[in-house]
Amino acid sequence: MAYVSVKGGEKAITHAHQWLAEDRRGDPGVSELEVAQVREQLSLAVDRVMSEGSCYDRDLAALAVKQARGDLPEAIFLLRAYRTTLPRFGASLPVETEAMAVRRRVSAAFKDIPGGQVLGPTFDYTHRLLDFALAAEGGAAPEPAPQAEEPQAYPMPNIASVFRHEDLLEHDVRADEAPEPYDLTRQPMKFPADRDQRLQALARGDEGFLLSLAYSSQRGWGSTHPLCGEIRMGEVAVEFVPDELGFAIEIGEVTLTECTMLSGFAGSAERPPQYTRGYGLTFGHCERKAMSMAIVDRALRHREVGEQADAPVQDEEFVLYHSDNVEASGFVQHLKLSHYVDFQADLQLIRRLRKEHFERRAALKEAAE
Amino acid sequence: MPAEPVHETANNERRNWLSILAKAQPAEVSAAWDALAEPPTYSALRAPETGLVLVRGRMGGAGDAFNMGEMTVTRAAVRLESGETGIGYVAGRDRRHAELAAAVDAMMQAPALRPVVEGAVVAKLARAQAERRDTAARKAAATKVDFFTMVRTRGPQ
Repeated sequence: MAYVSVKGGEKAITHAHQWLAEDRRGDPGVSELEVAQVREQLSLAVDRVMSEGSCYDRDLAALAVKQARGDLPEAIFLLRAYRTTLPRFGASLPVETEAMAVRRRVSAAFKDIPGGQVLGPTFDYTHRLLDFALAAEGGAAPEPAPQAEEPQAYPMPNIASVFRHEDLLEHDVRADEAPEPYDLTRQPMKFPADRDQRLQALARGDEGFLLSLAYSSQRGWGSTHPLCGEIRMGEVAVEFVPDELGFAIEIGEVTLTECTMLSGFAGSAERPPQYTRGYGLTFGHCERKAMSMAIVDRALRHREVGEQADAPVQDEEFVLYHSDNVEASGFVQHLKLSHYVDFQADLQLIRRLRKEHFERRAALKEAAE
Repeated sequence: MPAEPVHETANNERRNWLSILAKAQPAEVSAAWDALAEPPTYSALRAPETGLVLVRGRMGGAGDAFNMGEMTVTRAAVRLESGETGIGYVAGRDRRHAELAAAVDAMMQAPALRPVVEGAVVAKLARAQAERRDTAARKAAATKVDFFTMVRTRGPQ
């Protein structure tokens, strides 16, 4: 096969990027979007980019959203690429979500959960009617939200600790000497995967993919019959031990969304019947993602409870290998890059096969006559 | 965490102010520093450097750790002219925030300089944080559902 290396396109690429920059800006008669506006007013886009970009930094995520023209998987890619340029100082102590300064906490399973049902800033119960008042320019700032006389008391016990004394809900266990948790950014996927590896992959995973998997599970493809034990969102302090100090200090706060799903378990020879739990945790306010993650986490724990695994959501290789949208997007989208040689090779092969096909047909026809 | 028992109180105090400095907004730290009548001069022991800290969660909320994602963190270390050293570890990428946190940390450890920043910087930042936390907690409490039930007797037994 003749192979000719092809070079070129620099000028076309430069011009394409110039046009991209112009399109990104849009109509110059409309004022330019500031990164701070994205950070403050498209905050849930920022949260998703931080969560799946696996890097908590509101300003960087907002910049990525602006640069990507609102294409969130592209913004996630930009953030992931940026994080590779930074050194890692180390790992934090595990965040204590029970100590969260909760802005929202609801339990769909247990109405009288101590601390109450705190709705927080939610889309739930809105009518999903377009609000044309938001389209009016120069609108006045909304009234500040009402404040109760008594502030919410923290910490708010979570669903697991509420039922801790009863053993109705599965307990979280801590090993005496737990090994360092698996780190997918330094270690390749391995199977069978332990729960720490799965949770890291799911925390970075694509919201749409996890949502669809969770939905497939609810519809019967590996159902775990989940009840939403609790969703909470708010601020948690991050503690880190600097080498210089040798003791832990708080280095800042992050907003997290946590979800606990409850699934009934009929029991086995070793384990009494009780509720098992699926767990979701994301950066920012990503409730749909946290709920989906919790359902998928529980479905992937089928080995622990001896469930038959025959649905996609229970197949950890299928789930973990396909949940990362930077990898998925890269592999699907690489198809639009030059495959001229592959195509030439295929063409030659198909031409030869067709020639042979017609020659055989002609020979058969001749023999028949 | 492993801490020398004899230093525990001092460490806890230091933990407290380092936490306040880290959780403050960079602009607040800058403004409080700039308002000091005679800020001391300091030199960099470690120039501000931005990196990542891997944030860990707990499986199920209270179990063993898993790695959930990273966060940007900037650190710095300074030495005051009078010799005290301080460090700053702050979330985000604001270099001045980390450097000023380190300078305040150094001053808080110097008996002569502590009064200069204890009220005007650390306590001021702490008040602003407590106020923000209180406002959010009151807004949260205002969204608490008040159920109208005929009888309310059930609870975890």
